[in-house]
Amino acid sequence: MSENHTVTTAEADIEEDLLVEEVSIDGMCGVY
Amino acid sequence: MSTEAFAPDRPYRLSPSVALRPEPFGALVYDFTTRKLSFLKTRLLVDVVHALEEAPDAHAALRSAEVPDGQHGQYLDALAGLASAGTIEVRGD
Amino acid sequence: MKLVEHFQHGLDAPICLTWELTYACNLSCVHCLSSSGRRDPRELSTAECKAVIDDLQRLQVFYINIGGGEPTIRSDFWEIVEYAVDHQVGVKFSTNGVRITPERARWLAESDYVDVQLSLDGATPEVNDPVRGDGSFDTTMTAMRNLREAGFTGFKISVVMTRHNIGQLDEFKRIADEFDAQLRITRLRPSGRGADTWDELHPLPEQQLELYDWLVAHGEDVLTGDSFFHLNALGSTPLPGLNLCGAGRVVCLIDPIGDVYACPFAIHDEFLAGNVRDEGGFTSVWRESELFNRLREPQTGGACSSCSAFDTCQGGCMAAKFFTGLPLDGPDPECVKGNGQRALELVGAGAPKPTPDKDHSRPGKKKQSGVPVAIGWGPPEPERLPDRACDTSPLAGMPSPKEMR
Repeated sequence: MSENHTVTTAEADIEEDLLVEEVSIDGMCGVY
Repeated sequence: MSTEAFAPDRPYRLSPSVALRPEPFGALVYDFTTRKLSFLKTRLLVDVVHALEEAPDAHAALRSAEVPDGQHGQYLDALAGLASAGTIEVRGD
Repeated sequence: MKLVEHFQHGLDAPICLTWELTYACNLSCVHCLSSSGRRDPRELSTAECKAVIDDLQRLQVFYINIGGGEPTIRSDFWEIVEYAVDHQVGVKFSTNGVRITPERARWLAESDYVDVQLSLDGATPEVNDPVRGDGSFDTTMTAMRNLREAGFTGFKISVVMTRHNIGQLDEFKRIADEFDAQLRITRLRPSGRGADTWDELHPLPEQQLELYDWLVAHGEDVLTGDSFFHLNALGSTPLPGLNLCGAGRVVCLIDPIGDVYACPFAIHDEFLAGNVRDEGGFTSVWRESELFNRLREPQTGGACSSCSAFDTCQGGCMAAKFFTGLPLDGPDPECVKGNGQRALELVGAGAPKPTPDKDHSRPGKKKQSGVPVAIGWGPPEPERLPDRACDTSPLAGMPSPKEMR
């Protein structure tokens, strides 16, 4: 648990430093 | 997608297929062609992207948006990322 | 702060939304989430649709996904699509392909910012047609061929995962690759007519892992509309996507009569935020609805908060819980830890469940029989339906939702 937690926090810190985050929203809102 | 490497000494603009939506925390940028949503995480970066339109090159846009000297590297990296994703492109004038 | 955290608190405008333009449909799929069939006389006019698009343009909603019913059978459908695109609102539309002629396919191939999503719920007619109707497989395949011949690439093939088609995942992918299209698979919900068929169609517990592993193996090649985040508890690799319920926070539904719901799978008064015909239009509904503001507050995990998997599955899908009679702050009916199954047993077969609102099913449409795939259907359709949709309350005789909580 604590080990995993450390890794997650470190990753979060790296992402915090990035000024741009990108996601695909192509599949959203499409239903059946 | 841009095939050219980002060149901070050239003029840039937001790509025509891109919409920029201001948000309290920065801006959302949507590319109608790639259907990717990008999140510009600081208002300063949004200012830089707007400043690109008028600036003779990317360095000038950073100065015009008053990016602190110590952060120029970080903001140029962000612009390079936006250029490779096709969000911004070289302005042909 | 990460994007997903901002999304949790809701945005001043949706990222995208689902807009069902009509309840009319040439098909009567057994799992239809909007119980479509017949047009509703109160559906928005062309002018009203354009006014909604004007609102969405001002809000900078990036795209709309138009569905139904079968949206393309509205006579003003292509006019509405053009109007949206001309007003910087991107369009994707969901269709069974019935109106995708060779000529229309060429028009679509030339239109920027219009994307097409074709529904296919089996990789063979034997699996598809019992769910979507006789001949529907051929209709969709013809539409896909027309798109390919017109040079339209990258359209979406959308599959609702059932216990009958999970074994066809590789076959669906092969079809998508063959057409240079993109596969999109989503989760079956007990919404609309799906409330009657969910028990017989939803994936079996052992198939959930098969699905999760397949999704992990295919990564971002396959779209999911973020609908499978409840499966994240099955492994250490989170599925691609935001893994967040966006209902009322970053997405919503506008139904054919202008009612705005938190989510397309939640057509029920409990999730109704307002109507685009109200003063202030869609913008006011989105920004001022009490329901939406409540959904944007931090949610408690309820019975799930002590579960080790809560961070990744977040309690699953609100609509799936609601229409199976489960409390909204408890486990999802398809909880991979089995808590949903136990909760469903506690609810019991005799307990009242909320009934989906607004049944527009066509009368006299009998469920199919004698099909090669053995599917046990749910309860029989009501014998008598009102002549006009919504003449009688679908909730007549039912306890109010609040009493059921």
